[in-house]
Amino acid sequence: MVQVLFFARLREQLGEASLSLALADEVYTVQGFVQQQLAAHNPEWVEHLLADNTICAINQQVVDLQHVLNDGDELAFFPPVTGG
Amino acid sequence: MTFGFSVSVQAQDFDVSHELQQLRQQSLEIGALASFVGVVRDINDNQQVATLELEHYPGMTEASISEIAQQAADRWPLIAARVIHRVGKLSPADQIVFVAVSSRHRGDAFAACEFIMDFLKTRAPFWKKELTPMGERWVDARSSDQQAAERWSE
Repeated sequence: MVQVLFFARLREQLGEASLSLALADEVYTVQGFVQQQLAAHNPEWVEHLLADNTICAINQQVVDLQHVLNDGDELAFFPPVTGG
Repeated sequence: MTFGFSVSVQAQDFDVSHELQQLRQQSLEIGALASFVGVVRDINDNQQVATLELEHYPGMTEASISEIAQQAADRWPLIAARVIHRVGKLSPADQIVFVAVSSRHRGDAFAACEFIMDFLKTRAPFWKKELTPMGERWVDARSSDQQAAERWSE
């Protein structure tokens, strides 16, 4: 299973904060996972998740879309940060 | 010398003089203590802000600030640093963020304090939503903040 989290504006755009999805014995990059598993959940999510300014983190480290997912990973998507 | 660091992400307010006193008492080698306090403005992009709501990514936010502080300690000879960032609902004039750095000499403390703040703003996962008389809006990231962080690699 992969735990998927969404934050801030992205969470509101998608209408969900988190979900768990199975990797189904496939090897997925983040991009592939979005285009297949998350698109199957809701095809409208793809453009938001693959947008240029969307940031992706695996296990709380920022990664690029070609990073390969492992079972048990925590995958997060969020917009540019605005703290401070 | 080991670098002492602690970070808190919390809803409650903080007492700057208490935090500075705690840092100052950590070592007799401290000759400089530089600090920064960020405050909620009442006007942003020409709109009146009534309330600010801060969201974060529990775990990643703290880890990312610790990493930034460690990078500062690798770059300057620091004794300790302390970061507090508030989350939840805040009003204009509220304290939102505190960064303090101790070192033997002031140049290192000043520079490291600004470095930590610049990277906190562009790397640490926090998001601000403003509640204005016109409605709610998520704050957009500023390119000037990005430029402020990038100048450290020049």
